[in-house]
Amino acid sequence: MSSVGIAQALPGRRRFPAFRRLATLLGVVIVGTALLVAIFAPYLTPHDPFAQDLNLRLIPPVWMEGGQPTHLLGTDQIGRDYLSRLIYGTRISMLIGVLAVITSGLIGITLGIVGGFYGGRTDDFVMFLITCRLSIPLILVALTVVALVGSSLAVVILTLGLLLWDRFAVVARTTAMQVRNLDYIAAAQAAGASRVHILVREVLPNIANHLVVVATLEMALAILLEAALSFLGLGVPPPLPSWGLMIAEAKEYMFFSPWVIMTPGVVLFVLVLGVNLLGDGLRDMLGADLER
Amino acid sequence: MTYAIEVRNVHREFKQSGGIVRLRRPVRAVDGVTFSLPAGDVLGVVGESGCGKSTLARLIMGLLPLTSGEILVDGRSLTGMDRRERARLIQPVFQDPFSSLNPRHRIRDIVGLPLASQGDMPKARQVDRVMEMLARVGISSEMAERMPGQLSGGQRQRVAIARALVLHPRIVVCDEPTSALDVSVQAQILNLLTELRRELGLTYLFISHNLAVVEHIATEVAVMYLGRIVEQAPAQELFRTPAHPYTRALLSSVLTPDPALGIPDVGLGDAYPDPTNVPPGCRFHPRCPSAFAECAVTMPDNIRKDGRLVECLLATTS
Repeated sequence: MSSVGIAQALPGRRRFPAFRRLATLLGVVIVGTALLVAIFAPYLTPHDPFAQDLNLRLIPPVWMEGGQPTHLLGTDQIGRDYLSRLIYGTRISMLIGVLAVITSGLIGITLGIVGGFYGGRTDDFVMFLITCRLSIPLILVALTVVALVGSSLAVVILTLGLLLWDRFAVVARTTAMQVRNLDYIAAAQAAGASRVHILVREVLPNIANHLVVVATLEMALAILLEAALSFLGLGVPPPLPSWGLMIAEAKEYMFFSPWVIMTPGVVLFVLVLGVNLLGDGLRDMLGADLER
Repeated sequence: MTYAIEVRNVHREFKQSGGIVRLRRPVRAVDGVTFSLPAGDVLGVVGESGCGKSTLARLIMGLLPLTSGEILVDGRSLTGMDRRERARLIQPVFQDPFSSLNPRHRIRDIVGLPLASQGDMPKARQVDRVMEMLARVGISSEMAERMPGQLSGGQRQRVAIARALVLHPRIVVCDEPTSALDVSVQAQILNLLTELRRELGLTYLFISHNLAVVEHIATEVAVMYLGRIVEQAPAQELFRTPAHPYTRALLSSVLTPDPALGIPDVGLGDAYPDPTNVPPGCRFHPRCPSAFAECAVTMPDNIRKDGRLVECLLATTS
């Protein structure tokens, strides 16, 4: 095993084809832009995203016939500036993506590491929880929760966070199982280190690269799910400018003004694509480092 | 006389998870091992793969619970001992320095872990002790800031030794500490271990399948076969006059530098010992070149003679 380790350590960084590096760069740019837009939303919006003006309903984007330079992407069915709503929608998508991943990550990683590291009965219990979670239909639960407590941003974040931990748990469990038999774990035990130290400082850093990749996947999923829930009216309540809600509100007008449904759709697609590209890039970069 | 370490009739069984219908027998990896070692000695434990020597090492390190028996260090039982107290008494050096150092930690944090786990020493003194120990094993202070991936195999094993010694333990369990290293580095590590033992008054339990290495470092040698010590004697005597047929076979299995001689025939046949199915009588009799009828029936006692231990019916009769 040691000779394999040496052989892989020697060539240094693995080389990647140019297009894959380009794809990663694209992902970084998209996610980075979305983050900046989300943080600085109040300074970027040309108009108040909630201000209605019934005189200016369904103005097309500026490059189409009838477009106005004051509303670059036009207005929606009750005259709100579409660009401003998109910008605030980024905020909601990113907030839900990040917070849902943090919540689900905490739950899933804790369960997975504990199950994978200790094995036996503990692991059986964790596996049972994962199986239970996988047998729960997401949309159905979200529907029930919204029916019971009403819809709000916090409810959406919590629902997604409490439901999306399964992949974190599965990946943390399998990778922790691979790490637990290595000698540095035995050395830490012999050194008198506490259980918490061994799980958090010895195991976690060595499986973190896998978990980062899972986090990007889950973030893309959370953003899409929020849009789907909002589209169904189970997510973020109006008048908050969620992209899913914008698509839902626009669907009655899409035959005569197709851009009202296409604009948030394209933005949603681009952000999810960006997050996935970033995840792929991270996996490639950290994967080479993993064997050492 | 108090010994640095006393191992009393230690057993360890592993349950095998078999099929639903066929219940499989437990593996008796360590099956009644008893020995004691005075402070400052080096006990070399030798035997073929699967004889239980690594399991014995892990039992003594406290990484596996005993099925039965007792291990005493400085007269105190390890069973139920606090992990910090045990860490002050026994430390390990593992075979593969590529897996025994956490690749995500800096060298000085790796060596400092036993000190940090004790939790009663100021951070500044911990750093001093770590640097002192690293200097002693020949690792420079700028290397202390590096990651294990930036060090060579020999350097990593030095770091592992520094980690084992930073608490000044009584016993160091070395589980094949040189067999993953280049031949040129092996001698350096062995000499370093010998030097440190003299300076710090350490007691080693040195597990190896390499007889030349054991002959070089050990003062006392125990030969293990199927979970038991079948012969134990001072190193020189054991290598000069092996008493147990298995020891004789082991010693004759050492390769000579002359390629014309080929692989030596040690007269053991090609049957492989199975720890799930230990033969009745003497456990070595199916492979023993000098076995006689009674060997298949009677389990030999430990014969102690002139500071040696032999577990063989031939030793009883002669």
